[in-house]
Parts: sequence; structure tokens; C-alpha cells
Amino acid sequence: MRTAIGWLLRGGALGCLAFLIFGPIANLALWAVAVRWYFPYKLPLVYGFKYWHEVFDPRGDAIESLSTSLFIALFTVAACLALAVPAGYALARGRLPWRGGILLAFLLPQAMPSLAVYFNVAHIFYSLGLNGTITGVVLVHTVHGLVFAVWIAAAAFTAVDHELELAARNIGASALGSFFTVTLPLAAPGIMASAIFVFLESLDEFTGTYFVGVPDVVTLPLLMFTASVAGNYQIAAITALILLVPSVGFMLFIERFLKADVLAKVGG
Amino acid sequence: MREARLFMLLLVLPALSVVLALFVYPLGLSLASAFTAKDGTATLENFAKTYQLYGDDILFTFLIVAVSTVVIGALAAAIGGYLILGENPRAVAFLKWLYRWPLFIPFIVAAQCMRTFLAKNGLMNNTFDSLGLINLQSAVGLLDWRGIIVTFVWKQTPFVALLVAGAMASLDRSTMEAARNLGAGRVRILVEIVLPQVAQVMVVGLILSFVTMLSVLSVPIMVSGGSPAMLTVDMAFRINSYGDYGTANALGFISYAMTGIAAWVYLRRGVSGGGRP
Repeated sequence: MRTAIGWLLRGGALGCLAFLIFGPIANLALWAVAVRWYFPYKLPLVYGFKYWHEVFDPRGDAIESLSTSLFIALFTVAACLALAVPAGYALARGRLPWRGGILLAFLLPQAMPSLAVYFNVAHIFYSLGLNGTITGVVLVHTVHGLVFAVWIAAAAFTAVDHELELAARNIGASALGSFFTVTLPLAAPGIMASAIFVFLESLDEFTGTYFVGVPDVVTLPLLMFTASVAGNYQIAAITALILLVPSVGFMLFIERFLKADVLAKVGG
Repeated sequence: MREARLFMLLLVLPALSVVLALFVYPLGLSLASAFTAKDGTATLENFAKTYQLYGDDILFTFLIVAVSTVVIGALAAAIGGYLILGENPRAVAFLKWLYRWPLFIPFIVAAQCMRTFLAKNGLMNNTFDSLGLINLQSAVGLLDWRGIIVTFVWKQTPFVALLVAGAMASLDRSTMEAARNLGAGRVRILVEIVLPQVAQVMVVGLILSFVTMLSVLSVPIMVSGGSPAMLTVDMAFRINSYGDYGTANALGFISYAMTGIAAWVYLRRGVSGGGRP
């Protein structure tokens, strides 16, 4: 009897939690395939992919926004890695003056509310002619992504045994040679994880793009926002699903890339 | 050796200069602008105007973010606690699989999900009506301050729970088992033995969440229609409608100050706890 009540309580609590977690996502998915749905009907009256054709119309805004978003995300990843790999290596090897202060500077963009900074960046960019340009948006995303990129890269390099590098040097490899043939390949899974993370952060970024990208750079989140505020729930739901899929995929696969030994060293 | 240090510094320099130029410098500009009048003299008039126009919103923002933070902390503790103390392996495995789903979902997508889910005719009310719990005709939606809190909690709890569960998993289990053998209940073990040991990690996670919630623009606009407004909405409005950088930066200063208070609470805790790391 007691076990039955236990099962009932446990099942009830987990069921409620599952409803609260998946309910909002299910509602979004329903809107994505609803052609007609209005009050007081509890489910859509007509299902179909009518709005998918509209969204994926090659001449439509969504395809253009998607390619803008992907383009920006790829450039952001390239910029972040180019900056974070050397920085992460230097921080990991630890012979750095003011190491604490430098780590703190990289943490700052995550530790301060960023919206006020974004519109001041936009103000500066305006006088430089960078507002409404892809370059401007990539720069803003890069600063935001650098926090994760540098911290994860530093952790990944810390997890690589320094002795291996020294061994390579002993048998005659140059400093650069041992870095590219020994250290970098060993740190690659961690670097890969930070690249994916930066890519997703850029793909999903809204606030910075909202201030710096206007009026010419319309990324997918901005398109989704406009559609949602205008009441085009189907368009908003479909674009939201496009953003949702890579995020959930990353959540499910993160453990393959970020090994426990690297995670343990983040912030160290 | 000296050269090696210089070389290491050179490796960090490009990344550091990007952060300094595109974050620290605008941050300084924002602070300066908050205390500067239109004619360039030092003044507090931006704050007087801010208080007059947005006094309620400041309080409202603080309450929403504070309540969300408390709820997130409680849920994260409950989830982490069940994962470590739960006795049914299948339920533990299911919870472990379940709780992380919203982790990487962007705020803007979470806002769109909630905008439909919590509406008067959203899936939540529809389900409750089908179960006979409410009557849909007289039901109300949650698309106001409550919706903002629900969205924040939904999105941020997995993050804090992940950190807390990780810290709990690395605890020494012998004290917990000893307490269990002496007859302590699981809730008591969680509150008296487990939570004090992971408090530091929990507070870091909660502060990061607090800062994140103070920076989000999409959720208050999309979930509550921007009324009553959170500070982010007010700032965007001052900039987009009036180009009023003075007032917007004063609002920004207030959001930094709220973060400062959170950080101060954290540091003070560290000191009162005997300066434990």
C-alpha cells in the first residue's frame, strides 16, 4: 500500500514537471503546424504546412534571415577562436602577469547586465558607420562569445598534460610544431565544444543585434520577434523551431564534447 | 623567463583589447553619461527624471527578478536533492533526463513558447479545462508579471540545477549515509547536510541568473506586452523613441547597482562564513 502511494506521488510530481517543461514546447509545435486555430477551440481546426511554404519560400524573408544568421554565426566563431585559442593557451600555462585581473575582464560581459552596454556600443558604432552592418553585429557577438570561448579554451588547455609538450620539444619539435601536433589536437574536443557554444550563442543572440543591427541586419531572432509582436504566431513558431532544434541537439550531445575532466577545470 | 611572460601576454592581448574596446569602454561611457547633463556638466538630474518616470518600474523589476531567483534556487535545490537522495533509480534517471531540456533554449524562443502556453486560450488553460479543473470561459491568462516569472524560472532553473547537481555529486556521501543511519529524513539531510556544502556554487549560479534576467529584453516585451515594464523595456524605449541616452544610462546604472547589491551579498556571505572559498 505504501509503495503504491509512493508511486502515485512520484508519478504525479514527475508528470506535472514534464507537463510544465514540455507543455510550452508542445504549444509552439502545435502553432507551427496549425493553419487555422482560434478561441475557444482547444486544438487547431486545420493542420497543414501552408506557413512552412511561406517561411521557406526562397524569395521570402526567412531564408534571407537564416543565411544572415548563419553567416554572422560562422564569422563570430572564427573571430572568437582566433582570439580565444592563444588567450586560452596563455591563461592555461599560467606564467602570466595579472592573470586574475585578465580572467576577470573576460568574465565581465557575463557578470554585468549587458543591455545598457549594447546601446552605448550602438552609439559608438553609429559614429564609425558600423551600425546596421554585418561587421558590427559580428563584433558584438564576438565579445559576448569570448567569455565562454576563453574560459572553455583555458580549461581545455589546462587538461592537456604539459609533460607531453615538453616530451615533443625534447625530441626536437619546435614550440609552434609541438603546439599544433600535440597540444591543439589533445585540446580539440574542448575547443570544439566552445565553437559550438559560440555558434549557438550567436545564432540565438537578440538584444545586441536589436540595437546594433537595425535597420539592415535582420537575423532569425529579430524576424521571429517581429512576427510574434505582429501576431503572426505560425511564422513566429516555425522560426522559433528552427532556433530550437540546434539548441536542444546541443543539450543532448554536450557531454560527448565536454568531458568531465575539462568541465572540472572551467574557471580554474 | 621574462621573454616567455611577455610572449604569453602578447597571446592574450588581442582578445583582451576586444573586450576592453567593446565592453569595458562602452560600460565606462554608460556610467559617465548617466551623470552628465545634455550640456556636458556633471549632474544628478537624469536620476531625478528616472525616479519620477520609472520609480515603479525599478521596484517592479527588482521584485520580479528577486522572486524568480528565490524560486529558481528552491527548485534547483529540490531537483539536485532528489537526484542525489532519491531512492527510486528509475524516477531519478527520468528526472535527470527531464530537467535539462530548457537549458540552451534561447530566451526569445522561451518567450514565444510561453506567450502561447500561458495565454487565456493557451495549452495550459485548455488542458486544465479538459481535466475539469477550471472553466475556460471564465479563465484568465498569465501574460503579465506572473508570466515573466514563469518564463524566467522555466529557462534558468536547469542552469542552476545543473551546477548544483554537479556540486552535490562530488560531495562525500559518508556523512549523508551516517545521518540516514541515525534516522534523519531525506529533507532534513538535504537542508542540514547537503545544501550548506553546495551553497557557494548555488549562490554563483543564482547571481549569474540574476544578471541574465536583468539583461533580457525579449521576455518582458513578448510575455507581458511590456506593461508594467521592466527596466530593459524602459531603456529600449528611451533610446528608440527619444534618443535620450542620459535617462537610459541612468536606468542602466540602476541595473548595475542591483547587480552590485547581489555581488555584495555574495561577498559578505563569504566573509561571514569565515572566508571559505
